[in-house]
Amino acid sequence: MTYSTPIREGYRQELDAIREAGLFKQERSIHSPQSAGIRVEFPEGAPERDVINFCANNYLGLSSHPDVIAAAHAGLDARGYGMSSVRFICGTQDIHHQLERKLTEFLGTEDTLLFPSCMDANAGVFEAVLDAEDVMIADRLVHASIVDGMRLAPAVRDTYKHSDMKHLERKLQEHQDKRRRLIITDGVFSMDGDLAKLDEIVALARQYDAMVFVDDSHASGFIGRTGRGTHEHCGVFGEIDIITTTLGKGLGGASGGCVSGRAEIVEMCRQKARPYLFSNTVAPMIVAGTLKVLDLIFTDTSRRDKLEWNTEYWRQGLIDLGFDIKQGDSPIVPVMLYNAKLAQDVSRDLYDEGVYAIGFFFPVVPKAAARIRTQLSAAHDKEHLDKGLAAFAKVGAKHGILGLGKQEIVDRFGT
Amino acid sequence: MDELKTTILEYVIDEYVEEDDDIEVDFETELISGGLVDSFSMVSLKRFLENKYKIQIPDADASPEAFDSVNSIAALVERFRNA
Repeated sequence: MTYSTPIREGYRQELDAIREAGLFKQERSIHSPQSAGIRVEFPEGAPERDVINFCANNYLGLSSHPDVIAAAHAGLDARGYGMSSVRFICGTQDIHHQLERKLTEFLGTEDTLLFPSCMDANAGVFEAVLDAEDVMIADRLVHASIVDGMRLAPAVRDTYKHSDMKHLERKLQEHQDKRRRLIITDGVFSMDGDLAKLDEIVALARQYDAMVFVDDSHASGFIGRTGRGTHEHCGVFGEIDIITTTLGKGLGGASGGCVSGRAEIVEMCRQKARPYLFSNTVAPMIVAGTLKVLDLIFTDTSRRDKLEWNTEYWRQGLIDLGFDIKQGDSPIVPVMLYNAKLAQDVSRDLYDEGVYAIGFFFPVVPKAAARIRTQLSAAHDKEHLDKGLAAFAKVGAKHGILGLGKQEIVDRFGT
Repeated sequence: MDELKTTILEYVIDEYVEEDDDIEVDFETELISGGLVDSFSMVSLKRFLENKYKIQIPDADASPEAFDSVNSIAALVERFRNA
């Protein structure tokens, strides 16, 4: 027997421990396309409910846009369902190259290489372009996929305090003996919703002869005046050496990602990045759909403008109600609750009020920093936001947290 | 030993405590299980110890348990200084 009773029991005990720690994750079945309003079955077997979605990465509201769906259909008809190959054997179509050229123009870089996901891009890029003589210096709050990618690379690893430029400068000074220095950051940090100080980071990179890497997954398509990303917002468009981003959030929400940046670096990824070399090509219909997404947003900023308006309205609405929120310029708006159980209770009560927003707590965020992470979309209309705020008001009042600051919430609920 | 602990404590505070962190760190504070230091950021502490005390700490010995407090880190350093 290959899967003996003790092996099964061992796994069951591990799963029980995850449950007992309150960390067991359960999927919720959605019975509708992704949108501002979705139909959800939760828990399994419960009656379906119509709820307003405040936790999708559907920032531009393009996940179910009719033009994108039509383009994906046309791509399916014209180029087929799958390629049954990795890119470099027989998995590259003309439309893959078209999309790479278009992303290069959109992101303001020299070249782009598609990956099956941004997780794969981050898993492959560091190992492909750095070796043991080099150093990677990362912000401490970068996404888990970057941490995993850095672990796979032979270069020296170091970190700096979140967005602390003095600490970063000290690290750059410490590592002047290395051959290449790579500063690594998210553009928009996914849990706090704050933006990297890319103008200051680029200035430090120039001063200390370093390269800059930005994962702009939570920014591409909507941050910056024309939605090009955090580098546009910070006035350093065209100056980032490596950008990774996803097609799975603002840019249509299907799947796929890319490494975009200096031509030689992208070529190194084409030659050496293992998730590119050993994983299937992005499906033709997703490529066709993403090409349409870029068509829609290249010269028309109305969607990112609406998202910006929604974000400001939502932030101010929560502040006016007396919630403690993280300040920032992105459509990620964390409502701070500090206590893990309180975050779970508030999330459950919001669901009962028709609002789908998830609680996050340790180890996804630091201890004593539990929160409800809300995310805005251009698909939200003012009516959605007003209903959402009414639900937050009711649930906040039920738990007695309106108007309370961090210390008062911690005093009442603990951490 | 006290001087060793004080040096490590000063480094930990300088390297890991953020400006808006509302915490006090002492010799007993749980650094990793308490969430102040994650295993990924631990590498700079290991490198600091190796450079400062001219020792090599094998990865197998640089466990989260061994790095979980200034006291346990100081004991680890002492072990390798005397090896």
